[in-house]
Amino acid sequence: MAEATANGLGQHTLHAGHPHDAPATGVADADVHQEHPIKLYLVVWAWLFILSAGSYMVDYVGLQGYLRWSLILIFMMLKAGLIVAVFMHMAWERLALAYAIILPPILVLVFTAMMVFEADYTLLTRMVFFGTGS
Amino acid sequence: MAETTLTHIGQTQPRPAGLRGVAADWSSDQRAFKNVSWGKAMMWIFLLSDTFVFGCFLLSYMTARMSTRVPWPNPSEVFSLHIGGSDIPLILIAIMTFVLISSSGTMAMAVNFGYRHDRRKTAILMLLTAALGATFVGMQAFEWSKLIAEGVRPWGNPWGAAQFGSSFFMITGFHGTHVTFGVIFLIIVARKVWRGDYDTGRPGFFTSRRGRYESVEIMGLYWHFVDLVWVFIFAFFYLW
Repeated sequence: MAEATANGLGQHTLHAGHPHDAPATGVADADVHQEHPIKLYLVVWAWLFILSAGSYMVDYVGLQGYLRWSLILIFMMLKAGLIVAVFMHMAWERLALAYAIILPPILVLVFTAMMVFEADYTLLTRMVFFGTGS
Repeated sequence: MAETTLTHIGQTQPRPAGLRGVAADWSSDQRAFKNVSWGKAMMWIFLLSDTFVFGCFLLSYMTARMSTRVPWPNPSEVFSLHIGGSDIPLILIAIMTFVLISSSGTMAMAVNFGYRHDRRKTAILMLLTAALGATFVGMQAFEWSKLIAEGVRPWGNPWGAAQFGSSFFMITGFHGTHVTFGVIFLIIVARKVWRGDYDTGRPGFFTSRRGRYESVEIMGLYWHFVDLVWVFIFAFFYLW
C-alpha cells in the first residue's frame, strides 16, 4: 500500500512540474504527450484497411510459393507495426518501456527455430516408421 | 544518483539519448518506467505475457502443420462462402478482419477524445467499438457452427490433417474469448466515462480507486492488442 501511494504521489508531482499540463479539471492526465491530431489516426486507419485488403488479395488472386509467403509477412509486419507504434502509442513512449516490451517477443523467433528443427525431425521419423502414404 | 533525487522531487529529468537513456532509466532507483503510470506499465507487461501465450499457440500450430504427413486442409477453400452462385475464398474472414480493424480505429479515436476529456464522444466511440467487437464474435460463432456442421472436430475433419481442427478451435477460441472479455470491459469503462466517474474521481466499485481518463487508454491498449493478435492469426492460420 505504501508503495502504491508513493507511486500515485510521484505521478502527480511529475505532472505538476510539466510545463504543458493543463489542470483544468483537477484530474491529472497520465501523459500529456498523448494528444495527437485526429488526422493521424484516420491516416493509419486507412493504411490498415489498404494493407488488409492487400493481404486478402494475396489469397484472392491465388499467389503461391515464396511470393505469397513474403507478401503475407510484409503486410503482417506493416500492420502490426502501425498498430503498436501509433494506435498503442509506443512511438511516443520512453525507450526504457519500448525496449522492455518489444525486445522479449523477438526471443519467440529462437523458439520458432527450435520448433522448426523439431518438426522436421518428427516428420522424418514419421516417414521412416509409417511410410509416406496416407 | 543525482537522478534518483530528482525523481523524488517530482520532475521529469532530461534523458540521455538512445541506449544510454534506457540504461539510466533501468539502473535508477525504484521506477524503471519514469513517466508511465503503474496501470499502463502493468497492462503492457500483461500484454507481453499474452504475446507469449499466443506465440506458443501459433508455434504449436506451426509444429503440427510442419510435422504431419497428411496434407493440410486448404484454408482458402475451407473458409470460403457460397455467395451469389460462386465460392468466394476467405470472404467471412476478410469481413471479420475489416470489422476488427474498424473497431481498433474507433478505439483509437475514443482514447484521443478521452484525453480531451470529451465524455460524450469517448463513451459513444467506446460503445461503437464494443458493438463492432460483438459483431466480430457473432461472425466467429457463425464460422464455428458452419465448420462444426461440416464435420470439423478437434480430432479430425473431412479434408486432411486431423490437427487442423484442434489448432483452429484452440487459436480462434482463445482469441474470441479475449474479444468477448474486451467487449465486457469496454462497456464497463464506457459506462464510467458516460457517468463522469473520471471527472469527479468517483471510486471504482471493485478497487475503490479513483479512475482517471487514462483508464480509457489502458482499455485501448488491450483492445488494440486483440486486433494485433488477429493480424498474426489472419496471416499464419488463414492465409498461409
